[in-house]
Amino acid sequence: MGHAFKHTFQAALALSVSLLATQAIAKSDITVAMQLEPPHLDPTSAAAQAIDSVVYTNVFEGLTRFMGDGAIVPGLAESWEISDDGTVYTFKLHDGVTFHDGTTMDGEDVKFSLDRARSEDSANAQKALFSGITEVEVIDPLTVKITLKEPNGNFLFNLAWGDAVIVAPESIDGIKTNPIGTGAFKFAGWVQGDKIDLERNADYWGDQPALEKATFKFISDPTAAFAAVMAEDVDVFSGFPAPENLPQFEADPRFQVLVGSTEGETILSTNNKQPPFDDVRVRQAVAHAIDRQAIVDGAMFGYGTPIGTHFAPHHPAYVDLTGNSAYDPEKAKALLAEAGFADGFETTLHLPPPSYARRGGEIIAAQLAQVGIKAEITNVEWAQWLETVFRGKNFGLTIVSHTEPMDIGIYARPEYYFQYDNPAFQELMTTLNSTTDPDERSKLLGQAQTMISEDYVNGYLFQLAALSVAKAGVQGLWVNAPTAANDLTAVSWAD
Amino acid sequence: MLRYTLKRLLSLTLSLAVASMVIFAVIEVAPGDPASFMLGVNAQPDTLAALRTELGLDVPKTERYLTWVGGMLTGDFGTSYTYRTPVSQMIADRMWVSLPLALYALTLSTLIAFPAGIYAASRRGKPGDIAVMGATQLGVAVPNFWFAMMLVLVFAINLRWFNAGGFAGWDKGFGPAMQSLTLPAIALALPQAAILARVMRSALLDVLGEDFMRTARAKGLSRRQALWRHGLRNALIPVLTIIGLQFSFLLAGSIIIEQVFYLPGLGRLVFQAISSRDLIVVESVVMLLVFAVIVVNFVVDLAYAAVDPRLKSRT
Repeated sequence: MGHAFKHTFQAALALSVSLLATQAIAKSDITVAMQLEPPHLDPTSAAAQAIDSVVYTNVFEGLTRFMGDGAIVPGLAESWEISDDGTVYTFKLHDGVTFHDGTTMDGEDVKFSLDRARSEDSANAQKALFSGITEVEVIDPLTVKITLKEPNGNFLFNLAWGDAVIVAPESIDGIKTNPIGTGAFKFAGWVQGDKIDLERNADYWGDQPALEKATFKFISDPTAAFAAVMAEDVDVFSGFPAPENLPQFEADPRFQVLVGSTEGETILSTNNKQPPFDDVRVRQAVAHAIDRQAIVDGAMFGYGTPIGTHFAPHHPAYVDLTGNSAYDPEKAKALLAEAGFADGFETTLHLPPPSYARRGGEIIAAQLAQVGIKAEITNVEWAQWLETVFRGKNFGLTIVSHTEPMDIGIYARPEYYFQYDNPAFQELMTTLNSTTDPDERSKLLGQAQTMISEDYVNGYLFQLAALSVAKAGVQGLWVNAPTAANDLTAVSWAD
Repeated sequence: MLRYTLKRLLSLTLSLAVASMVIFAVIEVAPGDPASFMLGVNAQPDTLAALRTELGLDVPKTERYLTWVGGMLTGDFGTSYTYRTPVSQMIADRMWVSLPLALYALTLSTLIAFPAGIYAASRRGKPGDIAVMGATQLGVAVPNFWFAMMLVLVFAINLRWFNAGGFAGWDKGFGPAMQSLTLPAIALALPQAAILARVMRSALLDVLGEDFMRTARAKGLSRRQALWRHGLRNALIPVLTIIGLQFSFLLAGSIIIEQVFYLPGLGRLVFQAISSRDLIVVESVVMLLVFAVIVVNFVVDLAYAAVDPRLKSRT
């Protein structure tokens, strides 16, 4: 008995000592590298994903939020009720939430944020997310009622975007360089061109994060990115720019490689109004001329899932339509001959900077040449791409990854840069938007995917992979990228 | 000397005025709208218009040019379109990385090139000369970014003596800051040193064939004494020109090296600003670099006159 007690005591002592020791050793800071630096830190007034990659869920929170698996869960809203006709949402807010400057977060802040985003002089890059709102009412400090013009099955999803986070009127003026949110981390400093520091928010309303400090570093050059990870200067590289180096990290026990999916449908965008692409046979010929797997292997070193329509394969409503545009150069030639282009034709191929476009573009141009289509490559910067291709619609073909989640609705906008104008599809989207029943929505989404696939609106290439490298001990990182984010609230170091 | 200086000052001012016009014109003509870049593909037309007004992009170009030049004269470089911080503040912050890096690299390059050039000239045609010239040939041929990558591979990844990149910040003290600038400075310095050493050698050899060198030898100086007392000073003119050019190059041309070592310097600022069409930042930084080049040339001109008094009377 005495011995047993002594042993238990010793064991307990040893255990507590070792616990103390691990607590002392366990790292509580992290350095996360990414390629692009945010221009400023206000997610509600710019499209730059780099902003969300730093502040989403870390510094700023919305009424709802994305989880790493793409699920929409409550954020600052504890719960909500939806009226039977689907037009009134009543949100119950969490009690005791404060902003980093000590002011209270309540219904007035929610009203301010949403009204600001949908106002006339709003600078919100995703203003359309809020266009269905007719009124935001504060019932009491913790209850907000939002009225919509018509039912919107996507409304809770829309509120989870980084563009819909809750900001305070007291701190809005300095938000671009001194972001004040409600999140688990506070902004602690920014050396422009170099890094952004965050530190734990001791007054956070939810669970305290394991990390005390987080640093975001910006390394744009792929070779430098490789060196920084190899030299262990950074703990995580989110969105690793050189997929060719990943096997080397996989083989190294010091590192782990995270391969997930993104919302980025990478497509060969086609100008549907520019001859000869206004002929569906020509677009179909282009689709059959493309060998997707060769592009995934050649441009992305095997990372990426082939797609046959504009929809993310990991979504439950996804329909595999890759068969519609299987690689078949002979069929492509026959279709071209039928359309009156037996000798092929010349067109332009605009390539923005990302490697999926530059590398993929070279391969596609070669594949198109096989069936007689001469695509003249022009490399452009993003600003130029936006002006010439996106706004000017002065292009034949271009390669771009559409990274917004659930963006099939762009095919219902005839003025959108690829200029697909199909009233049947537009009607389908109107029906979808007013449908809230999940099964019915899935069915409609399936129809929409099939329609654009069979119309060969664009060349559907592959779903962009989310590639990250981290030190072996880092846990709790998002593997997938349902939205641009580096959610650090659940990240910790293994003992 | 005063007239010489005034003349040089006048040409400096004119160069700056012309440069500002060319820079503004060229950058404004390039396609790409800063507002649509910032708001991305889903921006609505009214949102874009609101942002353009906020940034002052709806003002006519001539007016924008005059505001820009007028502002610069008073030290106000405007506000960055994307970062929304004063451009002068951004430039000052970045200068604290780029200027020390350029000086560090220039010092290293001079420290290597002078002895190497003098040694090679004094051993003309002998194995020592051939070895130095071979090495400099290699140094001129190797691109500095490749060299930078090799340095990272050896000293950061394998030996772990240095970080692979990044800047520690001067607030961490002189040592760590200089340490983070060491690999980039070496990468920048070696190709420059190779060029400088070759110029030093050929300038010295030219001087060694001059009459006054023979006179110096005739009055009893040894080869080495003549070289140090009379040769070196006369050989300095072409060397100074190259050093002046190299300093401007190091300040403006470290864009790639700053990318490879992800240093928050001026080059990186320009790089980021160009891709985001932050026109006002690009214009101001380029203008500043032009200013630096012109001023350095001005100083070099004055230095010529100090080294070679004949230039004063000639102009």
